[in-house]
Amino acid sequence: MSIDGLQQHELQERWLIRGATLPDGTSTDIRLDGRGITELGIGLSQSGASVIDAEGLIALPGLVDLHAHLREPGYEHSETVLSGSRAAARGGFTSVFAMANTLPAQDTAGVVEQVLALGESAGYVDVQPIGAVTVGLAGKQLAELGAMASSKARVRVFSDDGFCVSDPLLMRRALEYVKAFDGVIAQHSQEPRLTENAQMNEGALSGELGLVGWPAVAEESIIARDVLLAEHVGSRLHVCHVSTAGSVDVIRWAKARGINVTAEVTPHHLLLTEDLVRGYDARFKVNPPLRSREDVQALRAGLADGTIDIVATDHAPHPVESKDCEWDAAANGMVGLESALSVVHAAVVATGLLDWADIERVLSRTPARIGRLVGQGNPIAVGSPAELTLYDPAATRVFGREDLAGTSTNSPYLSMTLPGEVRATFHRGYPTVLDGVVRSSLEIADQASGVVVHG
Amino acid sequence: MAHTVLTQADITRALTRISHEILESNRGPDNLVILGIPTRGVILARRIADIIQRIEPAATMLRVGSLDVTLYRDDLAHGRTRTPSRTEVPGSIDGATVVLVDDVLYSGRTIRSALDALGDHGRPTIVRLAVLVDRGHRELPIRADFVGRNLPTATDERINVHLVESDGDEFVSIDGGSNR
Amino acid sequence: MRHLLSTKDLSRDEAINLLDIAEDMADVAEREVKKLPTLRGKTVVNLFFEDSTRTRISFEAAAKRLSADVINFSAKGSSVSKGESLKDTAQTLAAIGADGVVIRHPASGAPAVLAASGWIDAGIINAGDGTHEHPTQALLDAFTIRRRIHGQASRGTGLDGVSVTIVGDVLHSRVARSNLWLLTTLGADVTFVAPPTLLPSDTSLWPARFSFDLDDAIDAGPDVVMMLRIQTERMHAAFFPSSREYSRVWGLDDARFRRLGPASIVMHPGPMNRGLEISSAAADSANSTVLEQVTNGVSVRMAALYLLLSGDRKESKNVD
Repeated sequence: MSIDGLQQHELQERWLIRGATLPDGTSTDIRLDGRGITELGIGLSQSGASVIDAEGLIALPGLVDLHAHLREPGYEHSETVLSGSRAAARGGFTSVFAMANTLPAQDTAGVVEQVLALGESAGYVDVQPIGAVTVGLAGKQLAELGAMASSKARVRVFSDDGFCVSDPLLMRRALEYVKAFDGVIAQHSQEPRLTENAQMNEGALSGELGLVGWPAVAEESIIARDVLLAEHVGSRLHVCHVSTAGSVDVIRWAKARGINVTAEVTPHHLLLTEDLVRGYDARFKVNPPLRSREDVQALRAGLADGTIDIVATDHAPHPVESKDCEWDAAANGMVGLESALSVVHAAVVATGLLDWADIERVLSRTPARIGRLVGQGNPIAVGSPAELTLYDPAATRVFGREDLAGTSTNSPYLSMTLPGEVRATFHRGYPTVLDGVVRSSLEIADQASGVVVHG
Repeated sequence: MAHTVLTQADITRALTRISHEILESNRGPDNLVILGIPTRGVILARRIADIIQRIEPAATMLRVGSLDVTLYRDDLAHGRTRTPSRTEVPGSIDGATVVLVDDVLYSGRTIRSALDALGDHGRPTIVRLAVLVDRGHRELPIRADFVGRNLPTATDERINVHLVESDGDEFVSIDGGSNR
Repeated sequence: MRHLLSTKDLSRDEAINLLDIAEDMADVAEREVKKLPTLRGKTVVNLFFEDSTRTRISFEAAAKRLSADVINFSAKGSSVSKGESLKDTAQTLAAIGADGVVIRHPASGAPAVLAASGWIDAGIINAGDGTHEHPTQALLDAFTIRRRIHGQASRGTGLDGVSVTIVGDVLHSRVARSNLWLLTTLGADVTFVAPPTLLPSDTSLWPARFSFDLDDAIDAGPDVVMMLRIQTERMHAAFFPSSREYSRVWGLDDARFRRLGPASIVMHPGPMNRGLEISSAAADSANSTVLEQVTNGVSVRMAALYLLLSGDRKESKNVD
C-alpha cells in the first residue's frame, strides 16, 4: 500500500475498551478509532489496539452541555475556548454549546464562526456556538439570526442568557423567526423589574440575611408567558436553568398542553440549597440563585418524570477577584463542567431517581437533539461516532483544585466529597482524558488537525 | 495535698487585730474609706468595717466599698478575657484615708492596678494596704501595712482562701509544691 | 468574643454579660477621670464605607475612653471610592497593625466576609452592614430599656416579659433585625408594625408578631415603642404612596403618643424625621430615650471593644 493511499483512520490509534458497562447495565468490549465505534461484543480481539481495562466503569456516550460560558472572545482572563474545552473533557463532555455573552457578543456570523474555529483548533470537544437573540444582548433589536444559522457554525440555539428577553413582542418575533431554520430560543427567564439588584432566593433566609430577594415568581411568570407565546406562534422554546418548584409546574402544564417546550436544570440547582449563602461566601452566588430544599426536591422530581428534559452546567468561570469580595459586589456564576457528572450522580442517581440510561438521555442524547447537533448524543453502537466517556461510579473523592481543568476556580464543590470520577473521554476516536488525566493541549491539537484535514 | 494554715478562728482573730491596727494608725475611725478588691477582698473589707463599727460604736462616717482592678491590669492581652466586677466607691475619696483590702498579696501587680484605679476616682491623703495573707515573691516595690499572716511559699504552691460568704466554708490552705 | 457580627450569635448569658460590663463602663463616665487604661497600645480602625457620623463618633469616643489609638478610615474620597477592593483595604489595615476593625458597609455580610477571609486577623465589629444587622445599636437599645425598667438593679437581668413594638421600614432596617434577635434572646416579646411592603416577604422564621395596624399595637399598651427611620427614597420605589400617607398611618403622632401608658418608653435610633415617623411631642417627651440611647451607645461600645480586644486572641479563637 502506498503512503498516498493511507487513510487517516489507519494512521490513528485503535482502542479496545475491555469490559465496560453500558447504560442499560450490559457489559461489553468496545473497539473504536477515528471512523467511529467499529465493534461491540465480549472478547473482542485486541490486535493493533491499545487496551483500556474498563472493568467496573460505565461507558456513556460523550456528554453534551447545552449551556456553558467559555468567555472567549473578550474575557480570556476567566476562560478561553481552549481552557473551557479542557474543563469539558475533564468532565466527560465531548460537546459544549458556547453561550453568546462574549465581547463582542456572538451576535453575528463572524463571531460565531470565530468561536467555532477556536473550538476546532483546540480539539477537545465540539464547540457549538449559541447565537445572541438581540444585538449585543441588549434586548432592543433582533440579531442576524438567519446569518448565524446559515454560517459555518450552523447556529440553531439562540439565547441572550445572562439577560432575559423580557420584551414580549421581541420574544414573540424571535420565536417566530427561528422557525425558518428549525431554531430554538433558549430563554433566561428572569423578569428584570422583579429582580432589580436581587442577590439571593427570596424567602425567610433573604429576610434574615438582609439580601435583596430574587423571587420565584420572577422566573415563573416569564416561563408562563413564553410557553403561551411559543404555543401561539407554533415555535420551539427552551427554558434555561429552571430553578423553582413553580417553574416545574408551569412547564409540566405546558407539556401536557402539547406546547413545544424543553427545559434544563443545572447540577448545582439539583444539589445545593440557599442555606449555603448564610456565610456570605460568594462562591455560592449564582443566577438564578440557589433555592430552597423544596425547590431542589421538585427539580429532581421534574427531571425524573421528564418535565425537565436535560441537565446543563451553566459553567460560568470568573476570576478570583470577582468572588473574593463582599456578596453584593461578587459576580454570579460557578464553574461546573468538571464536576457535573459527579454532582448529578450524587443528586439523582445515588438517590435512586434516575439510572444511567436516564443520565445518557439527559446529559447526551436530548441536549444534542434540542441543539440539533449532528455527530453527538448517539447511543454506543457500531457505526456511531467515537464519542464516549468512561466513568467510575464507585470512586469517591474530596473535590479539589486539582480536579479543575479550566482557567477559573470558582467551584462551589471545593472540599466537598463527591462520588464518581471520569476516567477517560474519547472525542472523534482519540482520548482527550486518559487515566483521569486531561491530555496535553499540543497532543490534542495535533490529533484534531489530523482529523479535520482528512475527515 | 492541701494543708490548712489558718482556721476560721485564726482568720477572725487576724481580722480583729488588723481592725485594731487600722484604728490605731488612723487614730480613730474618722475619714476612713475601706475598699475591698473583688472578690474576697470585698468580703474581708466588709468584715473589717463591721469589726471597726463594733469597736467604735459611735463611728458614723465609716465607709466601705469595692474597687475592681480588672480594667487596669497589665496582663489583659494574655489569657482569657476577664469579666470585670463591680466598683462601688462610696462618695468622694478626696482627702480620705483609703484602706485597700485583698486576700492574698503576691506579686504586687494587683495592688499596682488598684493604685491606678484609685487615682482615677480621686486623691486620697493616705492609702494603706491590708491583706489576710502575704505569701512573698513581690515583683514590684509594694508592701502591706496590715498583714494577717506571713506565709513563706514556693512559687509552685497555691494558696486557697475560702470564706463563708463566697465558699460556704472558711480556711486558708496551701496546695501543691514539689518539696512538701 | 472573637468578633461581633450579629446579635443572632449571642447567647443570653453573653448578652447579659456584655450589658453588665457596659454598666461598669457607664459608671466610668460618672467619674472625674472618664478614661480607662484598658486598651492602651491597641489600635482600633473605624472603617466606614458609608457615612455615619453618629455611629463613628460613638465608637471613637468608646475606643478613646479605653485608651486605644483610633484611626478613622472613611471610604469617601479615598482609594476605596477609586475601586480598591475590600480585600486590599483589609490587607492594608492588617499591615498597619489594626487590632480591631469597626466596619460600616452598604453590603450585607461585608463584616462576616472580612472576619472569615483571613485577610486580617483583627477583631471585627459590625457597625451596620447593608440591610442585615447593627448589633451595637440593638445592644444599646436593650441597655437603655433595661436601665429604664430596672434602674440600679439592672445588672444580671434580662428583659423577660417586656413588650417591644418596632414600627416602620422593617424590610430595610438592620436595627430591626439586630433588635429582633437580641430582645427575644433576652426574653422580650417583639411585635413589628409596618406596611406589608416594608416587611420581608417571608417572616416565618422570625420569633415575633406582625401587624399592619399601628393603632391596635398602641392600644395593646406596649412597654416600648421603637420608631424606625423612614427613608424618603423608599417612596420613589413604590413601597408606600406618599410621605403624608405614611405619616398618617404609620407615624407616632401626638394622638397616638398620648394613648401610650405613662411609663412607656419611646425610642428611635436616630437620626429622626420629625413629623414623619415621629412627632416632636413624642420625641421630646420624658418617655423618649433618644438622648439616653446616644449616651448609652458609648458604654455599650466600650464593653464590646473590651470583650473583643482584651485577652489572648489566639486563645479566644479556639473558644469560638
